[in-house]
Amino acid sequence: MQEQFVFSGFGGQGVMFVGQLLAYAAMDNSFEVTWIPSYGPEMRGGTAHCTVVISDRPIGSPIVQNPKVAIAFNNPSFDKYVSVASELFVYNSSMVDSTCQRSDITALPVPATALADKLGSLKLANMVMLGALLTVHPVLSISAIRDALDIHIPSHHRNLLDLNYQALDVGMQHVMQVPLF
Amino acid sequence: MAKEMLKGNVAIAEAAVRAGMEAYFGYPITPQTELLEHLSKRMVEEDRVFVQAESEVAAINMVYGAACTGKRVMTSSSSPGISLMQEGLSYIAGSYIPTVIVDVMRGGPGLGNILPSQGDYWQVTRMAGHGDYRPIVLAPASVQEAIDFTILAFDLAEKYRHIVVIAADGQIGQMMEPAELPVMRPPSTEVPHWALSGAKNRPPNVILSFNLNGADQEKVNIAIQERIALIKAKEQRWVEHYTEDADLLVVGYGTTGRIAFTAVETARENGLKVGLLRPQTLFPFPDDRISELTDNIKSCLVVEMNAGQMLDDVRLAVGGQVPVGYYGRMGGAVPMPEEILEAVEAEYAKLQGV
Repeated sequence: MQEQFVFSGFGGQGVMFVGQLLAYAAMDNSFEVTWIPSYGPEMRGGTAHCTVVISDRPIGSPIVQNPKVAIAFNNPSFDKYVSVASELFVYNSSMVDSTCQRSDITALPVPATALADKLGSLKLANMVMLGALLTVHPVLSISAIRDALDIHIPSHHRNLLDLNYQALDVGMQHVMQVPLF
Repeated sequence: MAKEMLKGNVAIAEAAVRAGMEAYFGYPITPQTELLEHLSKRMVEEDRVFVQAESEVAAINMVYGAACTGKRVMTSSSSPGISLMQEGLSYIAGSYIPTVIVDVMRGGPGLGNILPSQGDYWQVTRMAGHGDYRPIVLAPASVQEAIDFTILAFDLAEKYRHIVVIAADGQIGQMMEPAELPVMRPPSTEVPHWALSGAKNRPPNVILSFNLNGADQEKVNIAIQERIALIKAKEQRWVEHYTEDADLLVVGYGTTGRIAFTAVETARENGLKVGLLRPQTLFPFPDDRISELTDNIKSCLVVEMNAGQMLDDVRLAVGGQVPVGYYGRMGGAVPMPEEILEAVEAEYAKLQGV
């Protein structure tokens, strides 16, 4: 088994952290895992991304041409990864103006920023996206992510732990209510 | 100790602290900066020396001076910074001072870019400094190896009174993987006999890379070459996969070594008799083993993130007995497993006469 994820969005959208969180949860559940950020010119303004590979065997390449799953948080990420994902494309429909027209993969629009706003913080959009993603593609359980958050959340954000849990649930519930296309 | 998610740069830095490094001198440069950043905090916590020098030239000379005391000393940089250090490294080599240098390679020549590269292979395995010397070069392919090789680097540097380079690339530096750090090893209290430690009650030690007398200099050269011969005989390290019945041997190190592993596994699934040899030491190059394998393989394929530098070493080891192909990317481009697989299939097709 090998799973590959690319998370892509603006700096500040929590794209790097959500990838790391998935990686932590994978490690805590005894998987092999790699996390690699983009650290090139895109880090110096613009859209950044990270790639997470999860496997039950040693991982060769930590980067892949066509990740099984791509998660786009903004318009540039949508444009860059819509044609790249090979199984599942999740995008933040609050921030993305287009609609994924591909019929050969599962497309999952999630109004993550709007849902996060209802919870009181736009910064929770990354957790909403992760909750939605893992509901459709349960590589790891939501409870594994909750455990990883509990262990790895930075101490100065610990007061936000419950809100993060809620955001994961909101993402999960959203997917359960909306039929996939 | 439990596994942690660690970034390559941070892992090397923390491993150096736990190996008993007592002084670090460096200058920030991407993609290695987290290494220096981590040490700026940890060395102070451990009450050891951390200096952000005014340049890489200053840093390497500070390393030279501090290492003359016999303490464990390190610097780190990325390609352009390593170029600046070459004069200092030559002086260190001429004085047989153990030092550890980390090169997290990026695209070049010139300032190039900050993306992963292996373009410094020749620079680190041959050394661009003047004179006649070669350091030990370790090439990690994972965060765990980055940790293990940092510990090994200090041990080998002391054992042979030699420069040891850890040649990583931007991808190893930036990637996070689960890895296990060693327990803290306190700095050694033993003072090597050659060290500048205060000459009270003993004749003074003199450390100098300078001999006006020609015959004396040749003695220095012979001593360095004897050490290098010993290193060549004792320290060749590599790992192999699927080599027992391989017709085609892929050779790659560091990041390209692990990407090639993915390609070789896929090739095996497709029924191709392909093996992989991943050198862990770039110097001494594992040429004894490659030479042995040459008796049974029909062809070789070298993969690197440069224009073909280790290619020379593989050709020397193979000694013209089988063809040696090459696939590489440059300028910060990292080859995808699919690309390497294509190169493997093309090389393999030649064997079948297709």
